[in-house]
Amino acid sequence: MNEPKPLPIAARAEGCPFTPADELYEMQRSEELPRIMVPSPLLDEFEAATITRYEDAKNALSDTRLRMGFVFDPEAPRTMLNQPGNLLNYNGADHSRLRRMLTGAFTVKRVRSLRPMIERIVSDRLDAVEQAGAGADLVQLFSTPIPTLVICELLGVPYADRADFQHRAQVGLDVNTSRETQIRNLAEMDEYMATLIASHRESPGDNLLGSVVREHGDELTDDELVGIGNMLLIAGHETTASMLSASTTLLLRNPDQLAVVRDEPDAVDGAVEELLRYCSPATAMPRQAAADMSVRDQEIGEGERVVVSVLAANRDLPEAEERDLDELDVRNPPKHHVTFGYGAHQCLGQQLARMELRIALPALFNRFPTLRFACPEEDIEYRTKALVFGVRNLPVTW
Amino acid sequence: MNVDVDQPRCVAAGHCVSAAPEVFDQRDEDGVVVLLDETPGEHEHERVREAALLCPSAAITVREGERPS
Ligand code: HEM
Ligand code: SF4
Repeated sequence: MNEPKPLPIAARAEGCPFTPADELYEMQRSEELPRIMVPSPLLDEFEAATITRYEDAKNALSDTRLRMGFVFDPEAPRTMLNQPGNLLNYNGADHSRLRRMLTGAFTVKRVRSLRPMIERIVSDRLDAVEQAGAGADLVQLFSTPIPTLVICELLGVPYADRADFQHRAQVGLDVNTSRETQIRNLAEMDEYMATLIASHRESPGDNLLGSVVREHGDELTDDELVGIGNMLLIAGHETTASMLSASTTLLLRNPDQLAVVRDEPDAVDGAVEELLRYCSPATAMPRQAAADMSVRDQEIGEGERVVVSVLAANRDLPEAEERDLDELDVRNPPKHHVTFGYGAHQCLGQQLARMELRIALPALFNRFPTLRFACPEEDIEYRTKALVFGVRNLPVTW
Repeated sequence: MNVDVDQPRCVAAGHCVSAAPEVFDQRDEDGVVVLLDETPGEHEHERVREAALLCPSAAITVREGERPS
């Protein structure tokens, strides 16, 4: 077995933030599952068996012996992730018990009914971009607020509280803040979420969180409800914001593909799937083996950690035989991808995320048909080292 | 074609309903799959195969070639 390599699982090629690094492809070719060191805010770093092939990823993620890596620990300090109610902290029957209480709110039908609300939010944000004029930063004015405001609607955050709510959500993502700031911010988020839960308990709102309280309030503690609210925010806003920004930069660099999204409504759904595959914003999924097991014929020992690279697996789909998966091609959407994960934890909010992207991207390019970068392309900064890929700035003009 | 669904396995991701709305639905209360048509007509077959491929929990089983019983 190789020595573990000090390589982030989402390494990108020099010069292209969207292309996986050669090392990732090297791992994909290797028959063995390489053990690499994965940096982690909770554990500093840990060694993990790395899964980079698509078929291996699907098999691993649907194998019940692979558990969520950072299971809820009530003894450890409470953090955004370490909370009751967060689905990503549960396994097996505990997980399905909680998940079943939420899935009713995310059915295809329920998500479709949210369309007018999302259209309104998008159109307001486009007004804000227009008002800001040439040089407007789409990250600040478009990609970040849209998913946060959608979550405000789901949680029933009153208008008066939204500016503060958005501010806390942004601080939560800002890696340039001190530990103290993060701790204080987290306490404020918990406190706010608790007041929100209290008001839903009194009179459940006509929104997602209200319906969870109405239908399952007697089976859930306040603590769990706070955790559910926080989870929806964490899981739903950074990933979706990343997709909006990354898709926009990619399409601005490929004007013929941008034209497809702008001018051909029937092609939008497929284009969004291809953008999801190509961007892979949630780059990796950590797990831990609860028993000795194997993926393909490769052994993984009980207690070993495992990480699945979404980025690499999405370049290894069966379609690889017919087309170059390192190229974006919105006219040639993948049949399937693992951008939303796979198995029991597959993204709860995926139909909502799709709906946001399908509405927001064409709306942006139709409002500003001559949209272009307001800075040299090289000045766009990407966040490639964090668990969630991101675009830091996206100044545009039209 | 015969279709079967395994409700306890379903994680309510909704792919089946998006792919083949005539064959699958989701329960309102928890999003779990409901089979509307066990023996869908020829024109649905491709969509049903797609649903089975997309389903992240292998909750959909398709047996090809069987006559509607
Ligand atoms: C493009 C945007 C999004 C991407 C790429 C994404 C990606 C993912 C991935 C990969 C997972 C699985 C993690 C794992 O198995 O380790 C996940 C889980 C989850 N996502 Fe998303 N997500 C997105 C948007 C959303 C939205 C909008 C919401 C809700 C408002 C949401 C809520 C959740 C929840 C609650 C889970 C946990 C599910 C469980 O553990 O059962 N996501 N997401
Ligand atoms: S695709 Fe599978 S998991 Fe999703 S709702 Fe249908 S049967 Fe359930």
